Amino acid sequence: MKFQSFLIKYGEIGIKGKNRYIFEDALMRQIRFALKDVEGTFNVHKAQGRVYVDCNGEFDYDETVAGLKRVFGIVGICPVIHVEDKGFDELKKVVVNYMDEMYPDKNTTFKVEARRGKKSYPKNSMEINCEIGEAILEAFPEIKVDVHKPAIKLNIEVREEIYIYSEIIPGPGGMPVGTNGKAMLLLSGGIDSPVAGYMISKRGVGLEATYFHAPPYTSERAKQKVIDLAKLVSKYSGPIKLNIVNFTDIQLYIYDKCPHDELTIIMRRYMMKIAEHFAKESGCLGLITGESIGQVASQTMQSLMATNDVCSLPVYRPVIGFDKQEIVDIAEKIDTYETSILPFEDCCTIFVAKHPVTKPNLNIIRRSEENLAEKIDELFEQAIQTVETIVVKP
Amino acid sequence: MEVYLDNSATTKCYDSVKEIVQKVMCEDYGNPSSMHKKGVEAEKYIKETKEILAKLLKVQEKEIYFTSGGTESDNLALIGTARANHRSGKHLITTSIEHPAILNTMQYLENEEGFRVTYLPVDSEGKIRLDALQEALCEETILVSIMYVNNEMGSVQPIDQAVKIVKDYNKNILFHVDAVQGFGKYKIYPKKLSVDLLSISGHKIHGPKGIGALYVNEKTKIKPIIFGGEQQKNIRSGTENVPGIAGLGMAAKEIYTNLDEKVAHMRQLKQRFITGVMKIEDTTIHGRYDETSAPHIISVGIAGIRSEVLLHTLEEKGIYVSSGSACASNHPAISGVLKGIGAKNEFLDATIRFSLSEFTTEEEIDYTLETLYNCIPMLRRYTRH
Repeated sequence: MKFQSFLIKYGEIGIKGKNRYIFEDALMRQIRFALKDVEGTFNVHKAQGRVYVDCNGEFDYDETVAGLKRVFGIVGICPVIHVEDKGFDELKKVVVNYMDEMYPDKNTTFKVEARRGKKSYPKNSMEINCEIGEAILEAFPEIKVDVHKPAIKLNIEVREEIYIYSEIIPGPGGMPVGTNGKAMLLLSGGIDSPVAGYMISKRGVGLEATYFHAPPYTSERAKQKVIDLAKLVSKYSGPIKLNIVNFTDIQLYIYDKCPHDELTIIMRRYMMKIAEHFAKESGCLGLITGESIGQVASQTMQSLMATNDVCSLPVYRPVIGFDKQEIVDIAEKIDTYETSILPFEDCCTIFVAKHPVTKPNLNIIRRSEENLAEKIDELFEQAIQTVETIVVKP
Repeated sequence: MEVYLDNSATTKCYDSVKEIVQKVMCEDYGNPSSMHKKGVEAEKYIKETKEILAKLLKVQEKEIYFTSGGTESDNLALIGTARANHRSGKHLITTSIEHPAILNTMQYLENEEGFRVTYLPVDSEGKIRLDALQEALCEETILVSIMYVNNEMGSVQPIDQAVKIVKDYNKNILFHVDAVQGFGKYKIYPKKLSVDLLSISGHKIHGPKGIGALYVNEKTKIKPIIFGGEQQKNIRSGTENVPGIAGLGMAAKEIYTNLDEKVAHMRQLKQRFITGVMKIEDTTIHGRYDETSAPHIISVGIAGIRSEVLLHTLEEKGIYVSSGSACASNHPAISGVLKGIGAKNEFLDATIRFSLSEFTTEEEIDYTLETLYNCIPMLRRYTRH
């Protein structure tokens, strides 16, 4: 079957009243972004309160659908064929052919749903429904009509051309990126943080990210892995500004001055502080982490409280209630899993104590941090000054 | 300063190699199987490299086959002869410290083609135990494969004695040598050694990547493992990699020019480096490091510092080395070779391989030592608890 366009169905954004155009414009922008590198020429436009992607000439159907499936805000993608109006009998023939080609197994139920945009068309929508339905029943004796719960809903829209579609390919849902501000993702090389970024982005939030590396304890490859992960997430979220922070000196300083079992928690507090610094600098409205309660020592309720303590921006943790497997399932779906499991050391684990505190007491942690007073501000400043910032695009 | 001490992983191309590769790619680019002049020109390069290799190895030209590198040479040698000779028996022998190109191929033959494989243990110097070889031989044995120089610690295997043991037991047993690390450092004569198959690689001798060769004694039965246009007497189908072959020939010719001087140069630097390293506390040199070891490989255990960390520290100073073996170090499993020689636990994930080439200078060695002296105390202060 050769389709000429896609009708884009969007759920939530349809109900946003006067703001609707903002959402639709964002949706169209994201669709254009997603199709930028797909083979074909696409015209994304609004018509009669709907968003269409017209495909001019040859295009790669599979790539187009894959691209659209990554655009948040899309609930359904309907491949449409366009037919020139050559009279009603001709239309019947085309529809019968369409049904035959799309549904080789005729042991099913259907319903015709006509919409007459072009009011000058000789038949009204009820007449179209009945007569096209009849033609289909005549052509395929096994097929049945079911007006309540049809397996196939055959849509026929009469405009300057006639549009026929019946398939709905599910989209990712959510809201178009750019309609809900942006947030700063703490991106490590692990499985969880890319998923967290994806999930927040799905609600229409643009992403920036901060990664901490600790040369020589972490390698160039570990850094490249994080860039690769950001690249994969940006297929959904759009371009990501990635801050790469050299964390070695802070880490070694904490190692020198604080009890080893508190190392991870204190380190994470400084990561949050640095990430928040960049977040505020570029107008992000929150931080995002991939934490999940109890997964590791630094993610117990007490530890989360201790890391949360240093931030004034809200910290969003979309996978907080997920089990590892549930996170892995999403990572596999969004294609970050295989990259995440590449075995490079990340800076959270290099000096980790055998028995890190699991229930840090905030007062004790704060007191330990007093040992850092001499140099930490300077090191903090240095980490911020030496940041390497790159914009990652798919 | 940039100091490249990872020459066992790969080497820089000779300028002469670069030139001939470029010439073949851009000017004499014909397909050697073509009937016309362009084809004949291309064929000449193959012929020349065969002549060079045949002369260096003291074998016949028709006993040289070109492959995509050391790994394919090893695969062809093992799988090709195992399949061709399986009626005489289904037992193979190799060592526990071979390169993965051998070990994984052996495992394939074990798991998929019903062969039985004995993996010989090594002594604390990283040399195979000849008594174990003697014991392992049986009526079913058809092939023994032992490497010339171990890539991780530079131990040189007693090939001549091993071949004698094998051939004395049964002269029909085939003997393969993976000489990827030995070729270009030693004069190796398979026929004098009674070796039937021998693998070499281009990029370890300042030649191009993606080219290698396998010597196969004319009497050795071998079957192809890839199929196609029946090039190279149908043992290795596929249009010959003429630029690579020309580059391999040029590299082989050049590396064997004044070989003794080059080896002496490397030995002297190796000794200098070892003397320097020994001054650092809690370090060890794995295996022997006298004249009986390879001139270019030094495996150093430095207690208390994970090799990856030291590697990246040196990298920051422009010094490039390997942790364990570069081919194996993509998955940072602890080195099987180090375990095999019974290295102490503290060195298992704290060993760095420095590998030299004829281009390495005294200045570079001294700079590397200086860097080690400076960074090791700092690195030892910060460890996992």
